[in-house]
Amino acid sequence: MDRRQAIKWLGAAVAAAAVTDSVLGAPKEPGAKPIEGAGKLIGTDPVLNKQYVAGELWSLTLTPTQRIAAIALIDLILPSDDPANDKPASQLGVQDFIDEWISAPYENCAADKPVITEGLDWIDAESTKRFQKKFTELSEAQKCQIADDICGKTPVKKEFKAHQNFFGRFRSLAASGYYTTPQGMKDVGYVGNRPTLNFDGPTPEALKHLGLA
Amino acid sequence: MPIITEKDLQPTYDVIVVGSGAGGGQSAYTLTMNGVKVLMLEAGRNYDPVTETPMFQTPSQMPLRGMSTRQKPFGFADATVDGGWEVPNEPYTQASEDPKTHFKWWRPRMLGGRTNHWGRISLRNGPYDFKPYSRDGLGFDWPIGYEDVAPYYDKVEMLVGVYGSNEGLENTPDSPNGTLLPPPKARAGELYVKKHIAKFGLPVIPIHRAVLSTRQDHINFPKRLHPNNAKAQRILAEAMQARAACFWATDCGRGCAIKANYQSTTVHLPPALATGNLDILCNAHAREVTVGTDGKANGVIYIDKVTGQERAVKGRAVILAASSGETARILLNSKSTRFPHGVANSSGLVGKYIMDTVGGRLGGSVPAFENLPVHNEEGAGTHVYIPWWLYKESSKLGFARGYHIEFGTGRRMPGLGTGGASPGYGKSYKEEVRQKYGAGIGFSGRGEMIPNKDSFCDLDPSAKDKWGIPVLRFHWKWSDHELKQAEHMEQTFHMIIEAIGGKPGKMSKNREDAIEAPGSIIHEVGGGIMGPDKRTSVTNQWNQCWDVPNLLLNDGSAFCSNADKNPTLTIMALAWRASDHLIEEMRKGNI
Repeated sequence: MDRRQAIKWLGAAVAAAAVTDSVLGAPKEPGAKPIEGAGKLIGTDPVLNKQYVAGELWSLTLTPTQRIAAIALIDLILPSDDPANDKPASQLGVQDFIDEWISAPYENCAADKPVITEGLDWIDAESTKRFQKKFTELSEAQKCQIADDICGKTPVKKEFKAHQNFFGRFRSLAASGYYTTPQGMKDVGYVGNRPTLNFDGPTPEALKHLGLA
Repeated sequence: MPIITEKDLQPTYDVIVVGSGAGGGQSAYTLTMNGVKVLMLEAGRNYDPVTETPMFQTPSQMPLRGMSTRQKPFGFADATVDGGWEVPNEPYTQASEDPKTHFKWWRPRMLGGRTNHWGRISLRNGPYDFKPYSRDGLGFDWPIGYEDVAPYYDKVEMLVGVYGSNEGLENTPDSPNGTLLPPPKARAGELYVKKHIAKFGLPVIPIHRAVLSTRQDHINFPKRLHPNNAKAQRILAEAMQARAACFWATDCGRGCAIKANYQSTTVHLPPALATGNLDILCNAHAREVTVGTDGKANGVIYIDKVTGQERAVKGRAVILAASSGETARILLNSKSTRFPHGVANSSGLVGKYIMDTVGGRLGGSVPAFENLPVHNEEGAGTHVYIPWWLYKESSKLGFARGYHIEFGTGRRMPGLGTGGASPGYGKSYKEEVRQKYGAGIGFSGRGEMIPNKDSFCDLDPSAKDKWGIPVLRFHWKWSDHELKQAEHMEQTFHMIIEAIGGKPGKMSKNREDAIEAPGSIIHEVGGGIMGPDKRTSVTNQWNQCWDVPNLLLNDGSAFCSNADKNPTLTIMALAWRASDHLIEEMRKGNI
């Protein structure tokens, strides 16, 4: 069983889902189902040894207004911890990944498209209703007021239930986009993918942490 | 002689090998190193891991962060070309409408086949595994025993490079000293599991994998593998020196540009080509084996997939190593007046007794792993495993045979889904993701399926592929042995996760849900089983078809049981053994 890129794409069921899925071997689902005729597919034999950019394989979806709202929401979810050391996630292009995702000709991506675009429209409308401004123009406290109503950390009121799904999907995509960037990998403490002469195994500190030292 | 196009084909060859994976690669290697002229037919395109492998690409450089799609089920970077459980233009069918009986048939279409992406787990079958019928009255005994295959396990391990250790455990054979490469250290979570499950009698030991943890002994191994063959020794020494040791950084499933792991394309084929005795023709999809008036195989008809034209090539002997399913399909499609039900099928057993591995899985989250001090845990895929530990209890379990456990932990490369389950947003959310990252664990069972009459493939009476060739139709039925085994796996994983203070994922509602779908473990074997006589089997102990002795089945199709041990190492050992025997028979003039 090797680390096969077998990630469940429809939401993560358990904490650290990416690890559990990737260590469980072959994917249980056969993989995302393409929508025939909806655009260029990744296909069976893509060139692997190159870097792809969002918009290269299919045209993007977000309107300039939706994009601005997306940037504000991404940075609310994934802000910089320390401006001297790291960047807010939008400066790493996470919105490009979300746009690429909702524009892709696969069933699971297409299912996210209305959730994300309508959600972004709603968040601007809700901001205007509450504060007479677009979401991006709100103060941090005002943004939090809306986010707290839909993020699910506290019980979500009936009138916001529909938007809780939007927030969950948006956060999941933003996190996938962010933690796969070099900064995101560093943030989470991933230090692999670099050649070493030997595999040293766990450090004394790690062994001690687990009571194995 | 190199990778050729049709115009360079020789009028005839000593041996035609169909397939370029573990069985085909090993057969071509053994034959060409001994001076036999070989043509290898591969249904897919040429593939070069040295130039094509995306070694260090991160998900942010891939479309959709490397998402798994129907066309790339193991994700974007996986070393599978034009393959998967669905292959364009090459359908297969299911005999029943019940989805539980549907066999998922994995096929790549590339030079090297499945060896490019496989898990590299290289476990020897043990003595019990060759005589299962004698032990419990189920399935079949092999016409050979462990002692017949052991010398070839030794050779294959030296040739391809396998890390691991000798533990002296029951039915889990040791290798001769100096054969294995040193195993990598266990990861933190793996040591944690080992400590906390010792009380249940579950051993956690280094696994055997075809990865160079150190470089191979290019001075002595070539002499031991090819005594009295200076040319072979020189070629192999050079090939071994062209391989680097693992640098513990990238996912083996993508393939390996530095040739540190075994794939046919970096280990078997380069030295075979260097002998000058091998021609490889890609995009050549074998349709049938042709038989002369003497009843012997004399060539292969294939489809040139570029032009769609049908072509024929000639050889003194034919080796099928196209994967169990494809090998059975070729045999069944090779109909003649002499062989109206397909060549080598007088027993009626071609396509019968196909097996996969019994799979079960359970994951969980482990609070003890949270906030583990940062260190590099990438390593080389699987480092340790749990071999079957209940040989003495088998009469009490309610199912025959057993399984081994593969498991994964660690601070691996973040991917699609990382952070998705944590609540909230902002700095506290990021802090929780940091805390939970690497705190997951996943267990997979890999168990023995007993061959049964209801699991087989035949030709669909009407469906054909793009080139008009009849396609396979699958029939499948698990016995209670497999279903109960999968249930036992889940219960064991649940017990382990609780023993390490973790929170197990959801258990299956019933046995039928606990077992992974047929074919999904991609250990398909059988369909041309070997046995003691031509009435009850398709091949003899030398992988030769009883009906047509110059036709060999050198892939998993000749397996008459499917031990919990992953089949690839045994495929290679048997292919080497069968090829040695073929050389001897050709030398004697018997073929």
